[in-house]
Amino acid sequence: MSVQTLLYIGGRLVKGAVVLLVIAVFNFFLIRAAPGDPAKVLAGEAGATDEIFLQQLREQFGLDEPLYYQLWVYISNLMQFDMGITYRQQMPVFDLIMERMPATLLLTGAAFLLSLSLGVLAGVIAAANHRKMMDSIITVAALIFYATPLFWLAMMASLFFSVYLGWLPSFGMQTVGVTLTGWEKVADIGMHLILPATTLGLFFTAVYARMTRTSMIETSRLDFVKTAKAKGMKPSRVTTHHILRNALLPVVTLAGLQAGQLIGGAVLTETVFAWPGIGRLMFEALLQRDYNLLLGVFFISSAMVVLFNLITDVIYCVVDPRIELSK
Amino acid sequence: MKKIIMSAVIACLPFTSITYAEEPTDGGTINVVVQPEPPSLMIGMYSNGTTQQVGGNIFEGLMRYDKDLNPHPLLATSWVNSEDGKTWTFKLKEGVLWHDGKPFTSADVVFSIDKMLREVNARLRTSLAYVESITATDDYTVVFKLKEPFGPFIRLFEVGTTPMMPKHIYEGTDYKLNPANHHPIGTGPFIFKEWKKGSFIHLAKNTQYHIKGLPHIEELYWHVIPDAASRSVAFETGKIDVLPGGSVENFDVPRLSKLDNVCVTTDGWEFFSPHAWLWLNNRQGPIADKRFRQAVMYAMDREFAKSVLWNDYGKIANGPIGSKTTFFDSSIPNYEYNPEKAKALLKEMDYDGTPVRLMAMPYGETWQRWTEVVKQNLEDVGIKTKLISTDVAGWNQKISDWDYDISFTYLYQYGDPALGVSRTYLSSNIAKGSPWNNAEGYKNEQVDQWLTEAATAFPDAKRQELYSKAQHQLAEDVPVGWLMELEFPTIYNCKVQNLIDSAIGINDAFGTAWIKQ
Repeated sequence: MSVQTLLYIGGRLVKGAVVLLVIAVFNFFLIRAAPGDPAKVLAGEAGATDEIFLQQLREQFGLDEPLYYQLWVYISNLMQFDMGITYRQQMPVFDLIMERMPATLLLTGAAFLLSLSLGVLAGVIAAANHRKMMDSIITVAALIFYATPLFWLAMMASLFFSVYLGWLPSFGMQTVGVTLTGWEKVADIGMHLILPATTLGLFFTAVYARMTRTSMIETSRLDFVKTAKAKGMKPSRVTTHHILRNALLPVVTLAGLQAGQLIGGAVLTETVFAWPGIGRLMFEALLQRDYNLLLGVFFISSAMVVLFNLITDVIYCVVDPRIELSK
Repeated sequence: MKKIIMSAVIACLPFTSITYAEEPTDGGTINVVVQPEPPSLMIGMYSNGTTQQVGGNIFEGLMRYDKDLNPHPLLATSWVNSEDGKTWTFKLKEGVLWHDGKPFTSADVVFSIDKMLREVNARLRTSLAYVESITATDDYTVVFKLKEPFGPFIRLFEVGTTPMMPKHIYEGTDYKLNPANHHPIGTGPFIFKEWKKGSFIHLAKNTQYHIKGLPHIEELYWHVIPDAASRSVAFETGKIDVLPGGSVENFDVPRLSKLDNVCVTTDGWEFFSPHAWLWLNNRQGPIADKRFRQAVMYAMDREFAKSVLWNDYGKIANGPIGSKTTFFDSSIPNYEYNPEKAKALLKEMDYDGTPVRLMAMPYGETWQRWTEVVKQNLEDVGIKTKLISTDVAGWNQKISDWDYDISFTYLYQYGDPALGVSRTYLSSNIAKGSPWNNAEGYKNEQVDQWLTEAATAFPDAKRQELYSKAQHQLAEDVPVGWLMELEFPTIYNCKVQNLIDSAIGINDAFGTAWIKQ
């Protein structure tokens, strides 16, 4: 990597840090604008409460301090990579997020790989069979998956594969109550992964398929493709080496966007399949007004978006050497 | 001891279809749904429903209650009240061990009630105002001296109200930050093993449990499944054995109940007797007029709601006290569904059509639909309504800030009107900041006096007289619009035997349950 590239990456990282700080401050105020506070939610769920109890909770959470002081404490802790304690679980936010991270990465990562590979493959096949039967089938299927609400698809999949056929487990990440090791454990998690990863991946599969197809068709009309064909190159080589490589740029952009969301988890899929990921953690934290936890998830997710945007830009250069990184 | 436990079993017999001659078998695992995931299992500090469900199998109170709310020995073996009703002497069971092996003694009882729970448990704190002193006269005797006779005293000792806390672990620490909160230590039939946040809570048999032969179950898993439809699916696939009351949407109940080998019971809620009503903000607009509130009662088709939304489980409520709670008076008048009467009342008070805001309670689909039914009912008699929706935090905030016209709620009654009913109607309980007090702003000095006196009147006949007066007056004034006594069916695989065994149901169910092999 050239010095210029490294400088560029360094500059972007510094800018990213500033962006993250601004986002953290903005989020801090944003969630406090919602009615209710964590003490009230906790006390409210208890079905019985009095002012003493609420006061005890607020003191414990540091919510009795003035807002500017709370912000100061939060930001200065964040600078030292301390995200505070969750109000509800009384655990360090970072530990709780890290506890959920493997499950999230497994689910979103599997869905990402599935949708990217399947989607690009389907797009290539459709484009190669432009205006033929295969093209129509793929386009229609992509449209259906693109338009179907995720939660509905998830529910139907679990009714069909878990209740009716009884092939796949309907909830959780592994079989609870048995001790499995080695490949048995991998197989068990794999079985639990199939339904959520597939339902989560289908939407993006459809998006990649449509995008790859369109981009391929456009590229195939360009002059250099004609030149390649005129040279007498094999059609399959033209497709993979000339068309696909040039058609992939928009797909990379989109994949970068999806990758940025990997850490954020997938609220709907995780909820329906009781997958213990970060999406659910975030959604529950929102409902429970668990400020620290919510801010923690936001912070890590926004850091990932910044990071993946950068990675995407670097990958552009690899895919298309004409693009250069500069300040 | 065993005899007494058995008598509680017999009391529940007609409802749980136990083949009674059968000898319970040991062993097996039970999978239960826990919804929502509890904030903590520390039952002394958190009285959240699911904290009690799980924690009630780890911790214990001094007594258990059968479905008629009679006390039975658990950690206390006997209790005697003095002639004047002001001194209670409790004998404790000997040979009880905490999960870490330390013995349970009167010092734990005094510490739990007088120190720890008084400080951290909002609900018990109110009742402890009637208690003058708690002393241990020897290792297994505790004497409670009351300021006045306090009728509900004998109903304070189930695990959710007064759980026994280990003194050797909590004394002298900051209770809220004690690491044992993450690894609870009780005396109960199950010991805490593991809590995988977002997935499951694992409890295992306490092999040193103080009741010989119990528990029968080896392992207990509580599964966190956030989506209601997925909970139904998990039960259908057989991965879940027990769905505690309220853990699936009502519209799924009939379908699940009809599955093969599925048992349903509405028992185990007697102590709580969840009472649902409409909050009517007595402070403002047309609702301040008693006739408007009576009109609301006549306007509502509660039979319809009961049969359509609640699958005919439950009972129409016409007053503040539930029929399963003590001192219920069945002679209070019935507000039948009568739109004409409602219209007449509105006409009489010259209701000018001022619209009222109707705020849904964000507790799931049933409540959403119930809001729509009530809106329809109110509009049928000419009351204009505007729907307001919010999430749980927003709802709590709005009710406790009195920023609503009409909304929903349901509250537990805890077996005695002084514990769970008066709080909604006493004017001394009007204070912003809580959605569980007199949030409607009802004031009636006469009612205040009756309810206050009834808490400490002695003996029970005197209490009944006062509560009857209060019930009649309240039924006339309609401070809130009573809807139903709710019943939440517990749905479970029939292989689980003797599941519901007390008035708090699932909350202390698994110590006596067993699996038919």
